[in-house]
Amino acid sequence: MYRRTILAMTTASVFALGFSTAHAADVAEGDTLAEKQVFSYRLLDQFPTLDPQLNEETAGSHVLRQIMEGLMTQDADGNLRPGVATGFEASEGNTVYTFTLRDTAKWSNGDPVVAQDFVNAWRRAADPATASPYAWYVELTQMKNAAEIVAGKMDPSELGVEAVDDHTLKVTLTQPVPYFPAMTSYATLSPIHMPTVEEFGSDWTAPENYVGNGAYTLKELALNEYFTLVKSPTYWDADSVIIEEVTGLVINDVNQALTRYESGEYDMLEPLPAGTYPRLKTERPDEAKSVPRLCSYYYAINQRPDSQPELRDPRVRQALSYAVDRNVIVDQILQGGELPGYNFAHAATAGFEMPEIEYAGWTQAERDAKAKELIAEAGVEDLELKLIYNTDENHKKIATVLSQMWKQKLGITVTLSNMEWSTYLDVRRGGDFDLARVAWCGDYNEASTFLDILTTDQEQNDGKWSNAEYDKVIAASKTSDHPATEYKAAEQILSDDMGIIPVYHYANTFLLDPAIKGFPMNNVENNWYVKDFYRVAD
Amino acid sequence: MTAFILKRLAIAVPTILLLIVFSFLLMEAAPGSPFATERGVPPAVLANLEAKYGLDKPLLQRMGIYVWDVVAHFDFGPSFKFKDRTVNDLIAQGFPVTLTYGFWSFLVAVAVGGSLGVMAAVFHNSWLDYLAVGISIGAQVLPNFVMAPILVLIFTLWLGWLPGGGWRGGQIEYLILPVIALSTSYMASIARITRSSMLEVLNAGFIRTARAKGLPMHRVILRHALKPAMLPVISYLGPAFVGMITGSVLIDVFFSTGGIGQFFVNSALARDYSVIMGITILIGALTVLFNLLVDVIYAWIDPKIRY
Amino acid sequence: MIAGRATVEAAARIEPVKGRSLWEDARVRFFHNKAAVISMVILVLVALFASLGQFATPWSNEEIDWSMLGSIPEVGGPSWENRHYFGVDESGRDLYARVVQGTRISLMVGIVGALISVVVGTAWGAVAGYVGGRTDTVMMRIVDLMMSIPYMFVLILLLVVFERSIVMLFIGIGMISWLDMARIVRGQTLSIKNKEFVEAAIATGVSTPRIIARHIVPNLLGVVIVYATLLVPQMIIFESFISFLGLGVQEPSTSWGALINMGAANMRNDTPWMLGFPLAFFVVSLFAFFFIGDGLRDALDPKDR
Repeated sequence: MYRRTILAMTTASVFALGFSTAHAADVAEGDTLAEKQVFSYRLLDQFPTLDPQLNEETAGSHVLRQIMEGLMTQDADGNLRPGVATGFEASEGNTVYTFTLRDTAKWSNGDPVVAQDFVNAWRRAADPATASPYAWYVELTQMKNAAEIVAGKMDPSELGVEAVDDHTLKVTLTQPVPYFPAMTSYATLSPIHMPTVEEFGSDWTAPENYVGNGAYTLKELALNEYFTLVKSPTYWDADSVIIEEVTGLVINDVNQALTRYESGEYDMLEPLPAGTYPRLKTERPDEAKSVPRLCSYYYAINQRPDSQPELRDPRVRQALSYAVDRNVIVDQILQGGELPGYNFAHAATAGFEMPEIEYAGWTQAERDAKAKELIAEAGVEDLELKLIYNTDENHKKIATVLSQMWKQKLGITVTLSNMEWSTYLDVRRGGDFDLARVAWCGDYNEASTFLDILTTDQEQNDGKWSNAEYDKVIAASKTSDHPATEYKAAEQILSDDMGIIPVYHYANTFLLDPAIKGFPMNNVENNWYVKDFYRVAD
Repeated sequence: MTAFILKRLAIAVPTILLLIVFSFLLMEAAPGSPFATERGVPPAVLANLEAKYGLDKPLLQRMGIYVWDVVAHFDFGPSFKFKDRTVNDLIAQGFPVTLTYGFWSFLVAVAVGGSLGVMAAVFHNSWLDYLAVGISIGAQVLPNFVMAPILVLIFTLWLGWLPGGGWRGGQIEYLILPVIALSTSYMASIARITRSSMLEVLNAGFIRTARAKGLPMHRVILRHALKPAMLPVISYLGPAFVGMITGSVLIDVFFSTGGIGQFFVNSALARDYSVIMGITILIGALTVLFNLLVDVIYAWIDPKIRY
Repeated sequence: MIAGRATVEAAARIEPVKGRSLWEDARVRFFHNKAAVISMVILVLVALFASLGQFATPWSNEEIDWSMLGSIPEVGGPSWENRHYFGVDESGRDLYARVVQGTRISLMVGIVGALISVVVGTAWGAVAGYVGGRTDTVMMRIVDLMMSIPYMFVLILLLVVFERSIVMLFIGIGMISWLDMARIVRGQTLSIKNKEFVEAAIATGVSTPRIIARHIVPNLLGVVIVYATLLVPQMIIFESFISFLGLGVQEPSTSWGALINMGAANMRNDTPWMLGFPLAFFVVSLFAFFFIGDGLRDALDPKDR
């Protein structure tokens, strides 16, 4: 969601000067634009809402990025660029931010976008009456009184944000958050046109009522079927927006989605059906793409006091990890350009220095030998483990393969148990497992988004692995000038004690019509803006 | 007749009430929360959500409110997942879609299945009979989750004749593949029932008499045999209706039609309790009503049944 | 998915079988029906395959052939040399062994479903029909009530909501399978109950449970058998639908439905054997069940001689 990459720049207190006057789509030289400028893509699932303050998932965020614009947006490399704000000034040690809003920004009904629209939106997001599932995001910004408002102890009007005038927005934080401007690019902090919300109530998100300030406006929406967006004439940068119409098609079944892509129905398919990437790469080399994605896949090991005592022996945990042939997983099962994982934080995380994990350098034969040795040393016999995963083709394949690796190499019997997502989360939080599949995607592009969740009292630490030394290093990283050192040390501790079994680092595989240009391949958070795209003539 | 209908309605009402209570309690017993995410929801946020959806009240009170809203106002409450929609909104969008392709599938199944069955019976033990029986069993045993992707492969990717999915307000080209996929197995069942009941009717005395009088075969069939032969088919329409609605789960997944089945499965997975309950109750009530309707038609056609 | 009224009607048309000689006749008639006899042979072979097929392969249903992984479309096809007679599945497991094991599960689902329906449905229907009066009304109302519950939806709910298991599947299948049977049996019982031999039994003071067990139920067998045979394929189709939704048996166990679904998902990946073998077993066996059901009905139905 937000990036620490801009951290380096925040030492300069006035940021506005540093911006390029970035236009939307930059047509490369020699490209001829196609007659019909349309872009269509496939959605796995219907997004539940287009209310920016109520949205809580990716599919909705992708659409909201087109129809709503926050203070800041991201460019093709994931760097910050101006949105409604032309720039900002950070003061009092990054606790007060003053944003300057462009006076050309307009809502789709012609009203000007003013600072109060942001104030209203942010209060609305924190207001218990709104009951936004993403209210925690407002808390995360450390905006003054946010936590109290969410807990219902203060009135939303006490939130640390004020409209100094129509084009000046002042935000007060309780602690320094150098990446606050980056956080404003996420949907939760989009502005809102209150008169519309007040007039139509929860129906304001219907296409005929919707008022947004993005490059596109919502034209049609049929749930579980499709939606269309059209270029907004009132958008401040409308002149440089090239794509005229955007269509999203909801197709649940991955194989159906692929067949329909191949019939030429739409331009982008993501994600690909499990295991099809190699074939598609050969058949459609210009279309099949694989780019790093900031997510890490691992198995949590249950370390609760009532768990299997063998698992609380680090030697057993190491043996389990060593016996996993990660190359089989990435090269023979997933085959989509994923990286074998020997550590937790994704290798492509900005500013992260990969630790030198010893067993990463061994051959698999060496790892297997060591694993057997450790198991013998620990005196483990007839160990039976329960492995849980949520129902999904890839998770099933990986669980199947891992269980066979452990069975054949270490003689450990693993029972597989899969369940639906909601039940799965419940069971995993409750600790009724020995090994549990987890995938963690970075909320922002910095290693702490990964490493923090394995500290002792984190709710997301489902294995309940706890290591005092690790906690200490992570705590130290918060105030460090060069946190990469601490992160490296933390990874080392994690690996020595084998608190989790890292499996692989994600890649995003998708098909994209080569006629579509301007897709941000280097944005590891997969945040794209259709206003940057254009379609070339065949 | 009126008494019969009233009697059946008297059973229908408690059935539906029981269904409401049953689905409510099942949802209550279910592990997993509609608000759960990978990240975990902070307690304060969770409390706000629960307050908004009235989940902080005691069980009996909630159940009372729910039953009252449903019975008195036909109001199934807000959706937990589709945050700015009510269950009624979702049903209003999905149900007409399911009903439309369900209706056409129904018609195709009865028309094609019926003709196939009559043909097989009339040409009993000929190659036409064997062919019809073969087709109908084949259609019944080929799972439609295999047939649906094959249909799309052929008609969308290879031939490019029909769209592989979508609905667009139910335009004819979007209807064809879903209807084929949904109707096939019912077509097969209807063909088999029609064949056997037609065979029986054709062997009956009054038909032999009609034939003996020298009436042409097609007249005998249309004027005399068809009506009694359709009786078992009519009694199959109840289960067929339920099957079609159930089948919408599959049709929606494959053809992105946006029908009720998709809403149901997704809501079950996401623990969107109010949507699951709303759809279950709606389908249950419709099943009850449809069965009632079938019984009435049956009674109306079959002179032997008295009430 | 709901056991078709088709079979109900078909079965309902059968008059109660009278006496032993009729069984003899039926047997002769049945064996004159070529399709039914061939189907019988096929089913016996499938059953043998399910029970003994495992001995013919060195592979188990969960073992991964590591040499196959990663290049399954190229080398994973059926081969005699590496003893993967049916090739391997998408995770490199022997498809032959998996089909053997899936056949076992699917047949079991079909037979258990049919058995539940035979036991519960017969008992329920016979008691309701024989005792009559208020008991009958109440019992049949319960059946009516249960029939109007959208079962597929409830079953999906059960499987989604609770940790899935084969027991849950059987509960779900058991819930629906007996309802139609109860109705048919009741109807038949009503017509048997007034027959002379039953009246004779009543006159000689035989107790009600004994009359039901010794006089009513044996005379229902014809109907019950025919209906049960036609129910088996319905149950198998039912399970395959559940598997398609990803709610079937737990890995590494499998079933026809799960295997076909896996094969269908890989339809475009140049691995035709993944769909072909399980689908062939599924289709052929179901054909056989239907033909046997038809054959039995024709054989036991004196009208259609």
